[in-house]
Amino acid sequence: MRPKRLGFTILHRAAILAYIAFALFPLFWLLKVSITPNDLLYGEGVRMWPSRSTFDHYVFVLEHSDFPLFFRNSLIVSLSTAFIVTALASIAGYALSRFAFRGKFWIVGLMLLTQMFPLVMLIAPIFKILSPLGLTNSLTGLIIVYVAFNVPFATFLMQSFFDGIPKDLEEAAMIDGATRFKAFRQIILPLTLPGIAATLGFVFTAAWSELLFALMLISGVDASTFPVGLLSFVSKFSVDFGQMMAAGVLALIPACLFFFFIQRYLVQGLTAGAVKG
Amino acid sequence: MTEAARAPIGRDRRPFMRRFAIAAEPYLYSAPALILIAAVMLVPLVIGISYAFRNVILLDPFSGGFVGLEHFREMAKDKAFWLALRNTVSWTGWSVLLQFVFGLILALLLDQPFKGRGLAQALCFLPWAVPSFLSGLNWAWMFNPVIGPIPHWLYGLGILPAPDNILADPKLAMWGPIVANVWWGIPFFAITLLAALQAIPRDLYEAAAIDGATPFQRFRSITLPFLAPTIAITVMLRTVWIANFADLIVVMTNGGPADRTQIIASYIFTQAFRRLDFGYASAIAMVLLALLLVYSLLIVLLRQTLLKEA
Amino acid sequence: MASIDIAAIRKAYGSTHVLHGVDLTIKDGEFVVLVGPSGCGKSTLLRMIAGLEDISSGEIRIGGRRVNDLDPKDRDIAMVFQSYALYPHMTVAENMSYSLRLRKTAKDKISTAIAGAGAKLGLGALMERRPKALSGGQRQRVAMGRAIVRAPKAFLFDEPLSNLDARLREQMRGEIKKLHQDLGATSIYVTHDQIEAMTLADRIVAMNAGIVQQVGSPLDLYDRPANLFVAGFMGSPAMNMFAGTYRNSGGAPRVELAEGVAVPVGEGIAAADGAKVTLGIRPEHVVVTRGGGPGIQAFIDLVEPTGFGTILHASAFGSDVKAFSLERGLATRGDTVSVAFPVDRIHLFDHEHGARIG
Repeated sequence: MRPKRLGFTILHRAAILAYIAFALFPLFWLLKVSITPNDLLYGEGVRMWPSRSTFDHYVFVLEHSDFPLFFRNSLIVSLSTAFIVTALASIAGYALSRFAFRGKFWIVGLMLLTQMFPLVMLIAPIFKILSPLGLTNSLTGLIIVYVAFNVPFATFLMQSFFDGIPKDLEEAAMIDGATRFKAFRQIILPLTLPGIAATLGFVFTAAWSELLFALMLISGVDASTFPVGLLSFVSKFSVDFGQMMAAGVLALIPACLFFFFIQRYLVQGLTAGAVKG
Repeated sequence: MTEAARAPIGRDRRPFMRRFAIAAEPYLYSAPALILIAAVMLVPLVIGISYAFRNVILLDPFSGGFVGLEHFREMAKDKAFWLALRNTVSWTGWSVLLQFVFGLILALLLDQPFKGRGLAQALCFLPWAVPSFLSGLNWAWMFNPVIGPIPHWLYGLGILPAPDNILADPKLAMWGPIVANVWWGIPFFAITLLAALQAIPRDLYEAAAIDGATPFQRFRSITLPFLAPTIAITVMLRTVWIANFADLIVVMTNGGPADRTQIIASYIFTQAFRRLDFGYASAIAMVLLALLLVYSLLIVLLRQTLLKEA
Repeated sequence: MASIDIAAIRKAYGSTHVLHGVDLTIKDGEFVVLVGPSGCGKSTLLRMIAGLEDISSGEIRIGGRRVNDLDPKDRDIAMVFQSYALYPHMTVAENMSYSLRLRKTAKDKISTAIAGAGAKLGLGALMERRPKALSGGQRQRVAMGRAIVRAPKAFLFDEPLSNLDARLREQMRGEIKKLHQDLGATSIYVTHDQIEAMTLADRIVAMNAGIVQQVGSPLDLYDRPANLFVAGFMGSPAMNMFAGTYRNSGGAPRVELAEGVAVPVGEGIAAADGAKVTLGIRPEHVVVTRGGGPGIQAFIDLVEPTGFGTILHASAFGSDVKAFSLERGLATRGDTVSVAFPVDRIHLFDHEHGARIG
């Protein structure tokens, strides 16, 4: 290896390590606080690792708080949202990718426009609409709202995945004797699986993290999702940061796991189509 | 295009139902998404806009009357609004710029093949999966000199005269949420830019290298032009999202100290949920929406010109 | 098998007209090649026959049945795509059997059909592979296999050999021709390669700018091109073309070229004295003689040996004259030769419209 090349390699690896450190340090800090015993929290606040560690916070969160309930609610809401959004975005994205029609410009325009709406402006009217339908303080209502808010971006995402699949394939299928829908289901959909995984993961993380609507549309503990539950640590237990961080770490696990596995599909899928658009 | 192509030149003898079915197909596919968007976003938007011209105060049964442009007149005189507008520009500008620059560098780094790239990529992208308010809480914690390391590092590096909490310093407070936002948002840029990078045909680089182009020249004459359309659309989407994104600020500083970190989005939040003045909040939101629309149109036009040149 | 009738077919995208009224009848079992430069509308026409493009006006019949309103799946045709369009998530066997499975054909019939097609195309050992694990030529064969297992009314080929290298293309060209001789299936083949068109076709349809220029047997098109476009498009090296003036007064019919050179032409030419014409002659018909033989004096500028023969570029009467000769070492660069255009080999075209006049 030439010296210049070696120098570049060292610089490159160092930069990658720096990025990883920057990305992971806050997560490490979260973890550190969550295992620091309360009496050391302030005394050893700046140390990289506490002199004593404990899982008390985790035990408390799992056994004595409503956190398992919040966790379950979040899981229901996020999974339902992810699946419904992906289904709707798939067929809408397919239409945008494969058909040239008069309304396309307006549909794309509308979907772009929705990305600009200040959420705060919509919350009160949404509450007013959902309330008489009995959809406030209910997971169903939350799912409906999340689906609507996530569908536009997911549709763009799915469209770019479909754009990456040659049109020839479904034409061949249609000549082979398939209806357009069959060609979509048997040829296109299996090839879009990575894209579907990416969209599922993307929407799941978004729904899992959402706070504002959850806070405004849900008032009872029964239908609270975990972001709302996390904030309840602030009031109920006089800001027990250790417990809060422990709950936070637990809440991070599903989202991070999900994302960890789908992120490469996100890159793969976008490579095929996004650039052309 | 196809729509026009379907317009027959001669007489179209196809049965009406069949023609209708063909024309309706794409609409049928997008209908579920569109209906939901209309019901949950458009209708509330229209109601929200109507609030801007009415006196809507929650829990006040006597409110709801039409006030015309009263809210907008009030806004023109509202010093906090103008400060928030300035803050929005610096919050959005710095966040997008830093996310973009670091996202682009990360994408370029990850575009090189090396052992363990898959793992490095997954780890670098992980912050995107962290709920925004949780990262806000966590960063606020890390900026606190009693329980967080950052002030001590900054003091050690000679950047801060004393290990104080920058979130409490009116001059520096805005940097707290910006740093948290950059941490959280780099992956989005890195993902989209990496995808765009990987779509650039490799032989272009080889041809340029044979022609004697330095790495920097290759970056400028091949990479940037290829990325430009993606950059334009990603920067536009991110700008719009970040301008609307109040979570981090509400959690970390709540607009303080002395309104120095109050951006329009968090100001709307304060007006709506602290003062319960939904009329005024909606009026401000309308102004923000209008500004973002103008900005997006400019970007779309810019992208159109870029694409035409390419 | 079936005949295909195309009547007054037009295609327009908005105000852009791609096909300006095409009429064509393809007989049962015939191999027809649509040839022309890219953008001439040949692929669009093929896709309209397949049902992948809407028909703006006109009528297409397959086996006597009007198919304008039929979906591709109901037209009973098979198509081989330029990209092969193999389903990446299916094995070779699954790719080939997909159409039969869609038709709910009995399992044993499917396996006989794909085994037969596989044997015919030499794919026997590859049946369980995915397309990714195949070479270009193998993929091409699978695409053909997918078409023949169905025994459709007609085969459509959309530039199926363009993605192969020259050697493989030649080989597959032969295989396609043999397959057609075996199956006797009605076939429509689109290509921009005139050699493919010449070698494969029973009949060639030469197209340009959305208009059919000439329909005929390969040798017909080669020997009697109907106009300048066909004359220039068919044949390699391309036909020599010279602008001149037709004269039939004061002597035998002739065409006056530049620098006072006059070339005698045959009788019965549909042009008036003094008409502007284009004279065409194929390089292989130009007679080159060393030294001062009969004909026009010319200087050799360039000699291109092809191994099979030699292409000579000579300058005469201010033009470049190409000649092709099987003889090696006929001339070298700088030689003075004489070139002659035999009367019965000369093509004459109307200068303005390009139509053949003799």
